[in-house]
Amino acid sequence: MTADAPRGVDAPPELVQLLTPEGERVEHPDYDIELTTEEVRSLYRDLVLVRRIDLEAVALQRQGELGLWASLLGQEAAQVGSGRALTDADMAFPTYREHGVAWCRDVDPVKLLGLFRGVNHGGWDPAEHNFHLYTIVIGSQTLHAVGYAMGIQRDSAEAATIVYFGDGATSQGDVNESFIWASVFNAPVVFFCQNNQWAISEPLEKQSRIPLYKRASGFGFPGVRVDGNDVFACLAVTRKALQNAREGQGPTLIEAFTYRMGAHTTSDDPTRYRVADELEAWKLKDPIERLKAYLFKNQLADQEFFDKVEAEADALGRDIRRRCLELPNPGPEALFQHVYTAPHALLDEEREQFFSYLAEFER
Amino acid sequence: MTTLTLAKAINEGLRRSMEDDPKVLVMGEDVGKLGGVFRVTDGLQKDFGEDRVIDTPLAESGIIGTAIGLALRGYRPVCEIQFDGFVFPSANQIITQLAKMPLRSLGALRLPVVVRIPCGGGIGAVEHHSESPEVYFTHTAGLRVVACSNPADAYTMIQDAIRSDDPIIFFEPKRRYWDKAEVDLAAAGMPIDRARVVRPGSSATLLAYGPMVKTCLEAANAAEEDGRDLEVIDLRSLNPLDMDVITESVQRTGRCVVVHEAPVFTGFGAELAARISEKCFYHLESPVLRVGGFSTPYPPSRLEEHYLPDLDKVLDAVDRSFAY
Repeated sequence: MTADAPRGVDAPPELVQLLTPEGERVEHPDYDIELTTEEVRSLYRDLVLVRRIDLEAVALQRQGELGLWASLLGQEAAQVGSGRALTDADMAFPTYREHGVAWCRDVDPVKLLGLFRGVNHGGWDPAEHNFHLYTIVIGSQTLHAVGYAMGIQRDSAEAATIVYFGDGATSQGDVNESFIWASVFNAPVVFFCQNNQWAISEPLEKQSRIPLYKRASGFGFPGVRVDGNDVFACLAVTRKALQNAREGQGPTLIEAFTYRMGAHTTSDDPTRYRVADELEAWKLKDPIERLKAYLFKNQLADQEFFDKVEAEADALGRDIRRRCLELPNPGPEALFQHVYTAPHALLDEEREQFFSYLAEFER
Repeated sequence: MTTLTLAKAINEGLRRSMEDDPKVLVMGEDVGKLGGVFRVTDGLQKDFGEDRVIDTPLAESGIIGTAIGLALRGYRPVCEIQFDGFVFPSANQIITQLAKMPLRSLGALRLPVVVRIPCGGGIGAVEHHSESPEVYFTHTAGLRVVACSNPADAYTMIQDAIRSDDPIIFFEPKRRYWDKAEVDLAAAGMPIDRARVVRPGSSATLLAYGPMVKTCLEAANAAEEDGRDLEVIDLRSLNPLDMDVITESVQRTGRCVVVHEAPVFTGFGAELAARISEKCFYHLESPVLRVGGFSTPYPPSRLEEHYLPDLDKVLDAVDRSFAY
């Protein structure tokens, strides 16, 4: 591949796909899925709302209301498909881009915004949603997910963990260690790699000489590549992998072949390293458009439905914008809170000194 | 009272914690069948099973990272890092994850993980087996850092550490593993975050922790012949630091020498000297002096007697303190 050629545009033949970019339903020998009309419409609604949350967050950053945002644009199907495969008892470990999975786990989007606005480092209770905090150091959460899965084994619980990471993360030692741990302990964990083709500016070939899903075989567990822009396939493949994990068949690596349509974060400028043709080619594979086409063609939804979802998205956008702007700035006491769970003499002393110092300005 | 080595005292403490709380796990390289390279976990896997005493793959980041996951699921893992110099592959998990999860979750999460690290030199080991990496961890907010120096403390401190809901780096002085002492297995012990005056004295204060406590006690005994009555304080906890005991002592004696194996430059003694100068400025008869390693990597073992603080180096510093 030449340096400037569009990447990942020709779908690899081994890709599990149940819905083509044109919205045609296709069969796969190993993966099938039965969904009611209501379930399909619900998936569509998820995709649209998640994209709207993302769009609103990008706008908030551009207007100076967020310090940063990591857009999921283009990865909605990978996240909603896998997120909707989870049961309540399953536990998800995200990176910092899993806004769509957070949505599926009922985490208030404003809590995600709080992190990027700088009011806290993560404001939700992971146990309440079975959705762990965002992890920013690349790949670190993969080991947490495996450890958690080892806990599930010890509890003899009917559950699995899923851990999200990107193509770049597969170069991290922690990710490789997590593969080893999961393998030798047969841990109930699903490794969900969203290969969005880019790790900031570095294309996949800077991370790997082989397709990422093939890495799994070297560690002794199955790997599968799924069309990450096909919500049906992502749901079916993840569901099966989770069920295998819960049944004691150990880990699976899923490589969701997708595309980061936006910048790495709002601080990034992808025009410096990738060609415009690539984005145009991937727009034809858009996860939402193909589901909309499917719904239309099969008369599973009418214009009224689509209008209603759009209206809901608009209202959601307005709502999270309003509540984001209302997020209170933390007071200086928050500096010292939750560093330790029990009293800590040094911190108590520093807090006292700092408040005495602040009080001098109020005289 | 029972006579135990320091290694056996930790073993008994681990055993008791595992009996008291089924969520307590032990994990690390060779901790199961072998009982650890220092035998600190000897017999635990036989009695508590492979699910609770876990022989892990050989990867330190994996040990700490999966311990975090187990803690998130409600377990209380006690991780063994086989040697001090091997903690660095896990430094990312300790510093960026283990230390920061309670704050990141606004208090929703607790990570009761203990990281046991045999530390220090003096055993004639090869490279990376004799280091004193404590300040990397005392500098990391969110961690508690302690060091035991004797069997009785080791027995209660390991149990306290396991009961703590905060992550704790637990340093064990490997060259003292075979030192024996009387241990009261029914005793609760002094709280883990308190310093202890192990030898009362009036003419100068020696501050030490871990392996150097014994060295300072020996120095104090030798100094007695010169008519100097040295007080020795075992810090026990480095973070938090029990400044009250230190301040009371140094204000009384007016002189202080800090002793540790780690390099003096930006070592833990620097923090102690700075704090003592703040709290005891008008009581000091001389500057706080420090005895420790050189600003060199830990040397080959044939050189370690030159590198390590010993009785003579401590007494030399005491002489210099009195010469002011």
